[in-house]
Amino acid sequence: MEIPAIVGAGLIVIGVGYGIGRIGGSAMEAIGRQPEATAKIQTAMLIAAALIEGIGFAALFAV
Amino acid sequence: MFTLRSSKQLILTLLCATLSFQSFAKETKDAHDSDGADLKSEIKAYIQHHLQDSYDFNLLSYTDETTHKKVHVGLPLPVILWDNGLQVFSSSKLHHGESVAHVGDNYYKLYHGKIYKTNAAGEISYDDHHHPTNVKPLDFSITKSVVSILFTALLMILLFQSLARSYAKNGLIAQGIGRFFEPIVIYIRDEIAIPNIGEKHYRKYMSFLLTLFFFVWFLNILGLTPLGINVTGNIAVTFCLATLTFLITNLTAKKDYWMHIFWMPGVPKLMRVVLAPIELLGVFIKPFSLMIRLYANISAGHIVLMSLISLIFIFKNWLGSSLSFMLAFAISMIEILVALLQAYIFTMLSALYFGMAAEEHDHEHH
Repeated sequence: MEIPAIVGAGLIVIGVGYGIGRIGGSAMEAIGRQPEATAKIQTAMLIAAALIEGIGFAALFAV
Repeated sequence: MFTLRSSKQLILTLLCATLSFQSFAKETKDAHDSDGADLKSEIKAYIQHHLQDSYDFNLLSYTDETTHKKVHVGLPLPVILWDNGLQVFSSSKLHHGESVAHVGDNYYKLYHGKIYKTNAAGEISYDDHHHPTNVKPLDFSITKSVVSILFTALLMILLFQSLARSYAKNGLIAQGIGRFFEPIVIYIRDEIAIPNIGEKHYRKYMSFLLTLFFFVWFLNILGLTPLGINVTGNIAVTFCLATLTFLITNLTAKKDYWMHIFWMPGVPKLMRVVLAPIELLGVFIKPFSLMIRLYANISAGHIVLMSLISLIFIFKNWLGSSLSFMLAFAISMIEILVALLQAYIFTMLSALYFGMAAEEHDHEHH
């Protein structure tokens, strides 16, 4: 394990955290505006979060 | 009110009983006592060992205080090898890699979780990179993961057969355990299959989606019990599940699906040429990401949980132990959620891909 690889993985995890945070926050806002669309928003939120999460895991496993 | 409370208590008791601290902790204590290895690498080796499949169902192991020998408590499983003919023997003959198994005219030795063919003395020869050069026979053994998969399959057949039978008997009303599973089946149909695949085609994909969801969910939950099972955190298993999704998507694909890949309608001609290889790559990336997501999530969960429990043996005081216990409890709760969430996401994305394959567009309007 080399230090650049660890730093790179750390940067990617920061990015992933930011991304999932944005998705969660936006979903909350959207649900607040349109509570009747909660189910649809949640589904879309989970799919987007899962796709980003995949990149995070790829980075962690590459280290 | 009383029944509600007592059933809540029952559920809580069951949860506490099935969560894994005790047995994990017991196992960690005497993991891999290799010579001179420090505690941290011992713990690392132990976690690595847990993530792998094994030839016997090991429940716990400890070092006997009087004889200083390692005692393993668990069930031996059948080892099935193809090595110039079928070789079937019990995994207890391998003695956890401590001695050579003599079967017929052949000798086998367990080395780092793999079976190698050796001479009578059990010597393993290495190449320059310290990889064994011994012959590895074709392995069809009933390992711990295979037993878990068979158990889950049996459980699913029993549960859903009884659900189906109770419909026939009671005039379409579910009974017993079916009352718990019926809403989940309906949810998968109404919230996952129909919105993603469409009213017209969803029926032929339902059996696969339901099987996939319950298989992944049950195995994820089994992985959280103290039995030390790790099936959905095994990349071979998730590879097979993703391959099934890949095959079903591409074999049931309509003309429109292939047209969207090779000759995207509605974009300029030059862009179509650029898009085709990217879209073709996407066909393989989609199941690949399914495979990695499930494998990585479950493995990561197991690693985190076991590392937290290992903190007890690093701190060796009451403060560290209680901290470790509380953290492990919290993570266990999250893992129960993740077990359901990953099953849901795998099913959801599979349905999404099936929907792309089954879709029929009206291209007059483009």
